[in-house]
Parts: sequence; C-alpha cells; structure tokens
Amino acid sequence: MYVAVKGGERAIENAHRLLAAKRRGPTDTPEISVEQIDSQLALSVDRVMTEGSLYDRGLAALAIKQARGDLIEAIFLVRAFRTTLPRFGVSEPIDTAAMDAERRVSATFKDMPGGQVLGPTFDYTHRLLDFTLATNGEAPPSPAEADELVGGMPRVTDLLDAQSLIERETDDGAEAGDLTREPLDFPADRDLRLQALARGDEGFLLALGYSTQRGFGRTHAFTGEIRFGEIEVEFAPEELGFAVPLGRISLTECQMVTQFTGSAEQPPQFTRGYGVAFGQSERKAMSMAMVDRALRAKEFDEEAKSPAQDEEFVLTHSDNVAATGFVEHLKLPHYVDFQAELQLLRRLREEHAEREDDGMREAAE
Amino acid sequence: MTMQTTGYNFAYLDEQTKRMIRRAILKAIAIPGYQVPFASREMPMPYGWGTGGVQVTAAILGHSDVLKVIDQGSDDTTNAVSIRKFFGKVAGVATTTKTAEATIIQTRHRIPEAPLREDQTLVYQVPIPEPLRFLEPRETETRTMHALAEYGLMHVKLYEDIARHGHIATTYAYPVEVAGRYVTDPSPTPKFDNPKMDMCAALQLFGAGREKRIYAIPPYTPVRSLDFEDHPFAVQQFAEPCALCAARGVYLDEVILDDRGKRMFVCSDTDHCEERRAAGHHGAMLDTAPQAIAGTR
Repeated sequence: MYVAVKGGERAIENAHRLLAAKRRGPTDTPEISVEQIDSQLALSVDRVMTEGSLYDRGLAALAIKQARGDLIEAIFLVRAFRTTLPRFGVSEPIDTAAMDAERRVSATFKDMPGGQVLGPTFDYTHRLLDFTLATNGEAPPSPAEADELVGGMPRVTDLLDAQSLIERETDDGAEAGDLTREPLDFPADRDLRLQALARGDEGFLLALGYSTQRGFGRTHAFTGEIRFGEIEVEFAPEELGFAVPLGRISLTECQMVTQFTGSAEQPPQFTRGYGVAFGQSERKAMSMAMVDRALRAKEFDEEAKSPAQDEEFVLTHSDNVAATGFVEHLKLPHYVDFQAELQLLRRLREEHAEREDDGMREAAE
Repeated sequence: MTMQTTGYNFAYLDEQTKRMIRRAILKAIAIPGYQVPFASREMPMPYGWGTGGVQVTAAILGHSDVLKVIDQGSDDTTNAVSIRKFFGKVAGVATTTKTAEATIIQTRHRIPEAPLREDQTLVYQVPIPEPLRFLEPRETETRTMHALAEYGLMHVKLYEDIARHGHIATTYAYPVEVAGRYVTDPSPTPKFDNPKMDMCAALQLFGAGREKRIYAIPPYTPVRSLDFEDHPFAVQQFAEPCALCAARGVYLDEVILDDRGKRMFVCSDTDHCEERRAAGHHGAMLDTAPQAIAGTR
C-alpha cells in the first residue's frame, strides 16, 4: 500500500535502498566507472550535457550512472545541480568558423573550401549487430590520419551570404535573454526560442522537425552544413576589460538553408534555421534547426497553423524535465479529488436511475 | 532528521533566488488572485511534485519557523514525507504534523479542517495555475481575458454543466473570484475547501513551479466561488461521519476494506482526526479498523 495513512517514511527509505541495490546490479560483475561512461557512452554524455544545459562531461557521466542509464533522469540530475550554481556572466560569442572540425558535411554543395569531412559517423554503416563486441572482440584498427587543413573551413552559409543569396544575420548588440533566470514570455524573441530549443527534448524536436517534412509547416530544408569539433570559449571579466580563454568545448552546429521568400522591398533570398548542441549531437542540432525555422513563420508572413510553427505549443512542451515531472506526478495520490469525482458520479447515476424509473412509470401509465 | 547538510544554502535556494521569489510574492499579495510570472528554478524534486510550493516555502522560511507538510490532507503520504524531510535536511527547521503548532503549512489538494490563524501561512502546490486553461490553452489569450476581466467563457462552462447534468459538475479546482476581481484557481482542492479560503486569517500563497507562476490571497480577503443565483454554490456533503473520530462536516476519504464492497469513510485531515480522537471522540469503527488506517491505538 503506497499511501498508507502511516508508514510512508519507512516505505520510502526501503524503496530507495532497493533502488541503490538495483542500480549496482549483481556484485559479481564489475562496477561501471564514470570514465567508462564518459568515453564509451560518449553520445549519451553529450545529450545529457546538452539538455541538462551544463558542459561537464564528468558530472553528466556520473548522472547517467546514478540514473541507471535513464537519460531524462540524468538530465534532471544535472539540471538540479546546475540551478544551484552562481552565474558570473555571458561568454564571448563563439566563432564556429574557427572550429577545429572533426566532421563537416554539406548537402547543398558537392565541395567547398575546407572540403567534406566525414569524421566519426554512423552514416553509411550497415546496421548489423556486431557480435564481436559482445565478446569484447578485437581492438579496432587505429584511425587514419587526415591531411593538414589549409585555408580554413568557412561556413557554407557565409559563402551564400557573400553573394546575398541568404538572409543576412547581424548582431544587434542586445544581451541574450536567459529563460532560466527570467520566466519565458510570449511572444518570445529568437534568442529565447533558441535557448529553449537547445535545452529541449531531442525526441520531441525530432518529431516536430519530421512533421515539417511531411507537410505540417513545410520549410523545404537543405542541410547547408553540419560541423562538429572543438572550439575555444572566451570570457571577458568586467574588471579585466579583455577576453580570456575559459577552455575548449566540443559542439555540433547545424545550419539549415530553407525556402526563399521575397517581398516588394526585398529580393528573394534563402532563409535560415539554426541548431547547436554540446558534443556530437547531430540529430538534435538538425531537428532544432528545422524547428527554429518553422517557428519563424510569422517573421516571413507564412501561414502558421501547424504544431511546429506554434511558439506557445513548442516552447511550453519541449522541456523534458518539466514534461516528465508533470506526467509522472499522476503517480502521486489523488484520492481527495478522486473522492470528489466519485461522489458526483454516484449522484449523477442516482439521478439518471430516478429519471429512468419515472420514464418507465409514465410509459406504464 | 534536523541535521543540516552542508554545501547548500539555508533552505536550498541561494539568497538572490529567494529575493526574486519574495519580490514575486509581494507583487502577488498586492494584486490578490493575479498570477505573477517568476523565474522558477529547477528543484531537486520533479516538476509537478510541488516545486512551486517548495520554492515559495524556501523563500519565506526562517530559522524559527515550524513547518507542516500535507498531501491529500495527510502528513504521512509519501510526497509530504519527502518534502518535509527535504526541508529538515536543507534548512534544519522544526517540523510538525500538528496544524496548530505550524507557522508554515505546505499543502497539496487540501486545506486543514482547523481554522488557520493570522500567524500562519498556507502554501499551496499548484499544477495548473490558470483557471481558464482548459477553456483556452493559449497563455497569450488567457492573459488578455484576465486583463479585461472577460470571464464569460467560465460562466458558459458552468452553465453548460447545469444544462447537461442539472448542477455544476466541477468538484475540485473549483474556480473562485478573489477580492472581486481575478478569477483564480484554488489548486486541485475539493470544492469542499473553497469556503475556508474566504476571509481566511492566514496568508495564502500559491506556487506553480513548472508553470512559473506565483499568486496570493492576503489575509481577510473575500473569496467567492463562482455560481448562479438560481444555482448557488454548495459543498460536498457526506452521509455518515468519520468512522474513526465521528466528525461531521469534514472531508472524508473512502477506504475500500475488501473485495465485496465493504467501505469505510475516514477524515482526510489526519491531524484533525487524531486530535479529535485524543480528545475522546470515538467513531463507529475505531476499534475494528485496520491498523494502516487507524494508526497505533
């Protein structure tokens, strides 16, 4: 009985003890280390960092271990830790064109400066279970070495921009908002929308992005570019007056090039959708870019009647920590309200039966 | 249980966050029934499990406070235990199960049966703070409706209930009008508790963490449950008294005793029931009820 009038406290303690034992599993198998999770389940770590909004591989790996591999639970753990951290300020904008890219692909051009770099990707693998992994088989061959990159790797969207073929994006100098410090207000500006999407659930954004491909808010997206690699983050403390490097983070950036618009004043141009995520999170970055573009419908005078174009719908339901909490709160006792409904239902049924009886009597008479 | 865990600020939240929440609370008190947006934080318990109430409690809690936490009227339901332990751990404050001893009572789904006093604050956990939400899903719309006091939609809903069922079919989270202005959600308390909100001596604070809203009903504020002249508001009536303490005019839980339809009705407010039993009141099934229901005799 999970809500006995007495004894809830001991029941909770016992449940948590059992959980701790289940998390460890049989003690005759070795305990998984945080380092193993970080290096061998790296993409899980990337997702937890992205949706947990905290770049810390060690903490994300620890959260995954503590959460028994439940990534949303791990994201929740990271968020609850992050919320207690003081906020010093905002970093300098990162320059993704200067990224030390491990992977960079474009679907819009066969080749461009910097070239197509496949990097570590599941793309083109045959999804056949590799049974040698189950037996801790052979060590993988050492990776091939790439040639030295000459001439940098400019962003594909910048190349289009140079020819005015894509809408120009300029920094208006306004400070970016932070929805973890100020409540989200509608209509939300794009900075806050992007923040919400970056923290948003991968599965939710994937489904929304997919829906725009199937006609629910079509944007005709092309993958202008996806790049993944390491990049330096700089911070300019007020008292110093110049930027100092904080460290390097790895991230994935996706720029979608989408259908062009034009108006009486403006010549037709391609438009943009932007996605970014910590680590190698391509699916997330691509989905985010598609949804970002879909949410800009009003900006381009597009008819907005699909879920992915509906800012309130998308932004209020994209956070998986909020969503899982509220869905799972249905496990909590609700017997007081249920009692109220039960009483009403019995009364309605009594009244219904009385009406039936009256009807029968009248018919008999 | 009252040992304070190091590494976190008193009552978990940092002081800046508490100030931000207190500002929202002050605004909420100044505009009774109005939902004040606030930058709700992630808490170490899930959204939907009382994070709004927990943040409000954390922001108003002082070292000398005595905290009571109830869920479904009971101090011993799992989530109430969990939240009480949380504050015992991160704030080290005294906790109690007795309504009369508490200075702050955090609640989910009930208002205690005993009348509250001026030196007490009732903190409600709120899942959906917007009373118009299920009539209009869009925040931008509902905000305008509140601004214009455009509550026709709600009256139409209540009227449709009467047309279909003969009476208003809302049994909990029954909408109220606060201080003659804002239509407000009382949180999912049974409508039985609505009259207790009216002219209540205690400050009533409402926290919705996931929805990032705080609202308030200051002490001695008129709170009216929406109704019609020919269909006045009425609370639930129970045919029998509490089987343990013989109380009438209180909200009762139905407990199923076996698979042959045997049932008993007991006080939802467990402290109220225990106080009455201690004072010598004796319900019909006090001696025969299972121990899980009656507690130690």
